[in-house]
Amino acid sequence: MKNNAKAVKYNKWGYIFLIPFIVVYVVFQLIPMVTTIYNSFFENYMSGLTKVGPNFVGLENYVKLFSGGDIWIYAKNTLVIWIMCFVPQILLSLLLGAWFSDVQLKLKGQAFFKTVIYLPNLIMASAFAMLFFTLFSDGGPINSLLMQIGFIDEPYKFLSNTGSARGIIAFLNCLMWFGNTTILLMAGMMGIDTSLFEAAEVDGATSTQIFLHVTLPLLRPILVYVLITSLLGGLQLFDVPQILTNGTGDPVRTTMTMVMFLNRHLYSKNYGMAGALSVVLFIITGILSLIVFKVTGNDKRKG
Amino acid sequence: MKKKWIGALLCLSMSVSMLVGCGDDSGKPTSNNNNQESTNKDNSGGDSKDSAETEEGKVLNIYCWNEEFKSRITDHYPDYKAVDATSGTIGDISVKWNITPNENSAYQNNLDDSLLKQANAATDDKIDIFLIEADYALKYVDSEYTMPIADLGITDEDLSSQYQFTKDVVTDSNGTLKGLSWQGAPGALFYNRAAAKEVFGSDDPADVQEYVKDWETFAKSAKTLKDKGYNIMAYANDSYRVYSNNVSSKWVVDGKINIDDNLMKWVEDSKALVDAGYTGSFDMWSDDWKKGFYPEGKIFCYFGPAWLINFSMAADTEGSIGYEGGWGATEGPQGFFWGGTWICAAAGTDNKSVIKDIMLTLTANEEIMKDIVVDDDDFVNNKPVMEAMAEDKKYKSTILGGQNPLGIYCKGVDNLNLGNLSAYDLGCTEEFQHSMKNYFEGNATLDEALDQFYKGVVETYPDLTY
Repeated sequence: MKNNAKAVKYNKWGYIFLIPFIVVYVVFQLIPMVTTIYNSFFENYMSGLTKVGPNFVGLENYVKLFSGGDIWIYAKNTLVIWIMCFVPQILLSLLLGAWFSDVQLKLKGQAFFKTVIYLPNLIMASAFAMLFFTLFSDGGPINSLLMQIGFIDEPYKFLSNTGSARGIIAFLNCLMWFGNTTILLMAGMMGIDTSLFEAAEVDGATSTQIFLHVTLPLLRPILVYVLITSLLGGLQLFDVPQILTNGTGDPVRTTMTMVMFLNRHLYSKNYGMAGALSVVLFIITGILSLIVFKVTGNDKRKG
Repeated sequence: MKKKWIGALLCLSMSVSMLVGCGDDSGKPTSNNNNQESTNKDNSGGDSKDSAETEEGKVLNIYCWNEEFKSRITDHYPDYKAVDATSGTIGDISVKWNITPNENSAYQNNLDDSLLKQANAATDDKIDIFLIEADYALKYVDSEYTMPIADLGITDEDLSSQYQFTKDVVTDSNGTLKGLSWQGAPGALFYNRAAAKEVFGSDDPADVQEYVKDWETFAKSAKTLKDKGYNIMAYANDSYRVYSNNVSSKWVVDGKINIDDNLMKWVEDSKALVDAGYTGSFDMWSDDWKKGFYPEGKIFCYFGPAWLINFSMAADTEGSIGYEGGWGATEGPQGFFWGGTWICAAAGTDNKSVIKDIMLTLTANEEIMKDIVVDDDDFVNNKPVMEAMAEDKKYKSTILGGQNPLGIYCKGVDNLNLGNLSAYDLGCTEEFQHSMKNYFEGNATLDEALDQFYKGVVETYPDLTY
């Protein structure tokens, strides 16, 4: 409070340093977002080489979007796949994070394992999806393996069955992102004061009890962050199912996610419908984030 | 510090090796020059050169998606001189190749963008020639961006020996011809000779034809084949083009999606085959689909044109059926075609006479077209030439065990009628095959699958209804 004059002087620099971010944000985020909302009120697409529109149609795009009712199916698909991916991922990451950050365990080769679990994230999602497409094809290695050990007699059509197709997508995403989540959680766990663990141990708590009653509660801010970012990422799930199902969302569009649906409108450069869908996606994302934040983030101890 | 230097060194060596890769490419065309000189001599004086008469642009921009057309020009167009991988010269005109791969409509997107800017582009940047395929031909042909062939000074007489179906594909809704092709891609049924001998007792094309002469007999033979452990086809989509080339109505009638009866017959026939286990359900070009190229794959036949068997069926790989000359060709239930490339002149081009000359040389010059058949195994778009070669005892295909298949291709195209194409074919075909796969595999009822088809098409083409 005493150094008010000095602070004002420094404020100027604060704004100057913010300029690059603001400029990038406005150009690449804010303007596209506003134009998307604007576009969603127009009929505007290409039919072959002829342009139709832009004609102002009000809310017609939204009416069309919801009257089919399909959008809810795709929203459900997206959420189901996200849950199938997130639950195992968070459990695995918590376990690994706890092991890595446990001082008493003294794991050897930590740096090596941390690198290895992060590696899948470095591979392009599309390359990864191609790989799994080949692995799980009807005559692929997985099927021949299962047939040789006598588990099945006929090749199982992994990508033609809803459960297995969704499962593979979820598994792939889980595999790609658990390293990232582990590192985030680990950072959170290492930030916890070790004297708390020691105190708990002196009091005779088992390692499970320590994890449940000391680590987890203190980890909450990071957990919330992981949950929100993963949810937002999950809602935008696109590359893996797109490549794995060749953009069809087969079987019978049960693996069609929201963004894949969005992509289908871009073939004809249908900015109106795609814009409307984007706005819906934006609202859903906003609401979900708010809910998650409200439910888990009511911790107001300090900033 | 040391690390920094090592890093810099690694970066440098990597970029150098990349450049070396580029160097290889640009070296290639020089080897073609020899070829070209020889054809030059053969055809000297054969074709008229009326370039440089009128005002001609200095740059000829050609848009295409692979090396095929370029190699045809390099090998068979007398005046073309290659400079490097993406440019060449014809007389004092420099030729620029703009090659964009087909994948995910990248070629079409690139072409569309350039065509839409065509009116305002600088003369040397304007597209002069672009290539199209049958599946989306009408999208370009039925627009003002493509120049009528007649405007180039090419008469119907020049094109009299071309197959009618190749003209049907690129005729717009007013009956104007807007493109030309040097190739026809008539299809045939390629069968595994060993399997035919084992199951039907003969591998002679005429005998085998009796077992596949119509769809009813085809289905009966499928059962006979299954009893001996063979699948008649790799997947139902294999026969799709045979049905879709013989439709009696278009995909879109007055802005409404329309499914032709013959396509519903395909669905019905295929569902029966898949349900009975007479065919698998492997997507085309997938590894599973390709297994039938080898004897262990136990696939009886594939439907396809000459390019399929010559270039796509692993004929160079030891142990494949093609390598052993183990395929036979016969007409199959109905005539069809698959693939082929058409040359179009872009409206606004400033190189009309060169384009005319290229078109005439490649698509109407008998001598050169004969060379293309012999050199490149292409089926050229010239009826007299092909019919003469079909009689030729010297021409035979080793992949087909010494059979001369040209006669079979010729028969297949005679009755082909392609008046029922629409600009929406590509999207409709893709959606139809995708959604029917769900029906074949039992994941959806026919109504659900049709529903999915309609939805998919409307997403792709928002101006259609159902």
